[in-house]
Amino acid sequence: MSKASSSEAVGPTNSSWPLWEVFVRAKNGLAHKHVGSVHAADERMAIEAARDVYTRRMEGVSLWVVPSSAIVASDPKETTELFEPAADKVYRHPTFYTIPEGVKNI
Amino acid sequence: MYTTELKDKNQKSAALSVADEDPEKLAAFEARVAADDFIEPKDWMPEAYRKTLIRQISQHAHSEIVGMLPEGNWITRAPNLRRKAILLAKVQDEGGHGLYLYAAAETLGISREEMIEALHSGRAKYSTIFNYPTLTWADIGAIGWLVDGAAIMNQVPLQRTSYGPYARAMVRICKEESFHQRQGYEIMCVLAAGTPEQKRMAQDALNRWWWPSLMMFGPPDDKSPNTAQSVRWRIKRETNDELRQKFVDVTVPQAEAIGLRVPDPALKWDEARGAYDFGDINWEEFYAVVRGEGATAKERIQARTSAWEDGAWVREAAATHASKRAMRLAAE
Repeated sequence: MSKASSSEAVGPTNSSWPLWEVFVRAKNGLAHKHVGSVHAADERMAIEAARDVYTRRMEGVSLWVVPSSAIVASDPKETTELFEPAADKVYRHPTFYTIPEGVKNI
Repeated sequence: MYTTELKDKNQKSAALSVADEDPEKLAAFEARVAADDFIEPKDWMPEAYRKTLIRQISQHAHSEIVGMLPEGNWITRAPNLRRKAILLAKVQDEGGHGLYLYAAAETLGISREEMIEALHSGRAKYSTIFNYPTLTWADIGAIGWLVDGAAIMNQVPLQRTSYGPYARAMVRICKEESFHQRQGYEIMCVLAAGTPEQKRMAQDALNRWWWPSLMMFGPPDDKSPNTAQSVRWRIKRETNDELRQKFVDVTVPQAEAIGLRVPDPALKWDEARGAYDFGDINWEEFYAVVRGEGATAKERIQARTSAWEDGAWVREAAATHASKRAMRLAAE
């Protein structure tokens, strides 16, 4: 694992205002989803900028802003070792199993 | 709004070289892109891919921001409250589009400051279309209909561009852009159905914006040295000429439907091709505008830089407030 400036941003950070990742909850009952990022001096300004930039069309009812520097991302170089083992464990899916024809509700 | 990748005619660099890249990594990258896989910020990519994207995305962002100026110019003079509210919303959208795109470019390792500095110093290019003046209210209609229409034509395939953050920004932008085009066309419809003088205004705006809109798709394919590499890397999905043809084919009937005439004597439906033939584009004018010789080029950059400088105290105040608050919190 590597501490990255963000899942999205890897470059030199903005010299004046920090970068914030923005998450929007479309409606209650759904999880917050990453939608993009904004630069802002502090968390209040980040919320206000995120509101202006990402919710102009009723896209959400709640916002999260997270300093990009607080996000720890997996390294693409580790993709194989992290995620490939799942590929040969198909028995974790219900479709792996053979059930006699005609048997119902299973 | 949109810009295709722009370059001065005299600028040589053409397709950036990949000669220094590790051939194995390059082959793996090209295979991924060819299989329509997305490239994400931390993935390996050739320097030429990174540079081409930074140039294209930042030019695109600059175009959105500069594009706010010719329309913002008409907010106080919109003919009624409905039009004013719509125009305000559209201009605000353009600002948002600029921000999505700057954020996408930042993931490639360039800072917001560097990009803004490049725009203000005149080093960075933006779409030539914004160096034309908006003389009458009908121009606001023509911009929405034609300029945003051309933008949509360009941007729809970019939703599948190979660089993930750019593609995601384009999905949001395309969703928002179609209202821009429809509100512009509606302005033209109303004017074209109005008094003879209003109809003349609409026709005059179409006359002045038609050719610059066709130029928005960029130089013809045989004069666009980056196209081949950009298409191979799926940065671009369709060539300048293909998109320009599509735009002509959908727009001409829209003009006819409201009784306006496209200002091109060579325009003719070609039954065999199933497409319109159209006249030659004055590329000398295009390159002059790219070089910043447009009537309003200086004015645009001046408006941008003074907005930036006039806002300096707000940025300073916000930064000071944030650091004081952080110190207070630390002391508690």
